[in-house]
Amino acid sequence: MTKSVYRRPLSDSAILVSLGDRIDPAVNRRVHALAALIEAAPLSGVIETVPAYVTLLVHFDPLVTDYASVADWVGGLADRAAENVSRTPRRIQVPVRYGGESGPDLGPVAAATGLTPAEVARIHTQTEYTVYMMGFTPGFPYLGRLDPRLVVPRLETPRTLVKAGTVAIAGEQTGIYPLDSPGGWRLIGRTSLRLFDPAAETPFLFAPSDVVRFVAEAVDGA
Amino acid sequence: MALEVLAADGLVTVQDLGRPGWGRFGVPRSGPMDIFAFRAANALAGNPPGAAAIEIGLGDAVIRPTQDCLIAVTGAGYALTSYVWDFPLWVSLLVRGGWTIRLNKSGEGNWAYLAVAGGIETEPVLGSRSTHLRSGLGERIKAGDLLPVGRMAYDAQSLAARTLPGRFRPAYSQTPLIEVIPGPQTDRFTADGLQTFFTCAYALSPASDRMGYRLDGPMIEHSGSADLLSEGMTMGSIQVPASGQPIVMMADCPATGGYPKIAGVVSADLPVLAQCFPGQAQVRFRETTVEAAQTRWRELVNGLHTGIIKL
Repeated sequence: MTKSVYRRPLSDSAILVSLGDRIDPAVNRRVHALAALIEAAPLSGVIETVPAYVTLLVHFDPLVTDYASVADWVGGLADRAAENVSRTPRRIQVPVRYGGESGPDLGPVAAATGLTPAEVARIHTQTEYTVYMMGFTPGFPYLGRLDPRLVVPRLETPRTLVKAGTVAIAGEQTGIYPLDSPGGWRLIGRTSLRLFDPAAETPFLFAPSDVVRFVAEAVDGA
Repeated sequence: MALEVLAADGLVTVQDLGRPGWGRFGVPRSGPMDIFAFRAANALAGNPPGAAAIEIGLGDAVIRPTQDCLIAVTGAGYALTSYVWDFPLWVSLLVRGGWTIRLNKSGEGNWAYLAVAGGIETEPVLGSRSTHLRSGLGERIKAGDLLPVGRMAYDAQSLAARTLPGRFRPAYSQTPLIEVIPGPQTDRFTADGLQTFFTCAYALSPASDRMGYRLDGPMIEHSGSADLLSEGMTMGSIQVPASGQPIVMMADCPATGGYPKIAGVVSADLPVLAQCFPGQAQVRFRETTVEAAQTRWRELVNGLHTGIIKL
């Protein structure tokens, strides 16, 4: 059966495959399954794939192959990419110090959601999250789905500097800033784990489709 | 053998063909802004297409090789002096150890490429020598740097004094008609919005950089929200945020973005756009097909094999 696979050229060197139109763990699993199928036996000229919530971008070299060949090939694979052919996810635990200087928005988030800071931290640690995609800066994991009780909008004015290792939430998502960077999410804690080390043999702590669990080391100000 | 940097005022960086394979971790591809001029510099210097070279933008650079070597300089918007002699760009030259090579900002264009036979051999990071300053991958080249150079594969004398004639180069212009492939989110714009994009002239904003070229002009109307679930994008993707003013993503394009993409600039016209001068150039867009775009790009790159001649 052909599922709703939608392919479009993004340019003359990339094809965008859409498998859905809203954040849905099952759709995202199919995205990662399709990426795994492509990476296991890449067509000549296919350079890399970039999975996102509901899409997979396939980059190719137009000097080696062409759009029609890649589109046909990817279309065939997409029909086969069932949720269950995905790689066995890696499980990663992330120790977090919640609140205080590590998470200056923990108090305001608690106030906005009608919870105590300790309850926010407890709920945040109770969910197993999936790395839906990575982006924004190298190594930044978009993790979902956040417990509905913790859903708050992002800041109206982003901060100009968020420290590396800061754990944050926004909408139905949570994430961790790998580098010192600007950021508009609500900062609730910080981990001492290093998410991006370009010189290391494994430069990134996370990969798309990994499963992540937060563990509270401490909750300051609770 | 090394290149000694005596001065580097502008944005001077080492680039190769980029850092593919790490997009799924959120790492931008990077690489040269004018990928054709970059490839031509390597072809003239007798290097493989992906050898690392120096990208010089927005300012001047003075470089001195420690030994005799073959160099090639391409691009637009620069004047080249080797020792005491002036040369046009798009040439290969034999340079003696201790001579100075000067690149001075002059005329229309933004980016020049200096390739040296054997290639720049700085330490690769994540499999590439391309510099991406925002990610902390590589550093800006500055006065006092000593850039190591690899062993050259050919006899320098035989490859010196060659050029790529103008008819084999992109049609550089400050008022170009840029070809684009529509989509993938054309349905996120009204018919008027699409017509505006395809018929109006856009000025290249001074707020442009290696990440993106911002365009100022008539507002492009969305059919609904300007927010999109983040998804992969590539150099040449034209995002339109809620302001209705398009942004063409360039070499340091983030791996993913969250605004609807009205079109993508074809490979053959990305070098032309790259050399458009922020604050001055006026750009128009014309629709083409992905098949025609690939044919144009292949013909352009093929000219590197057939077009190079002795001066």
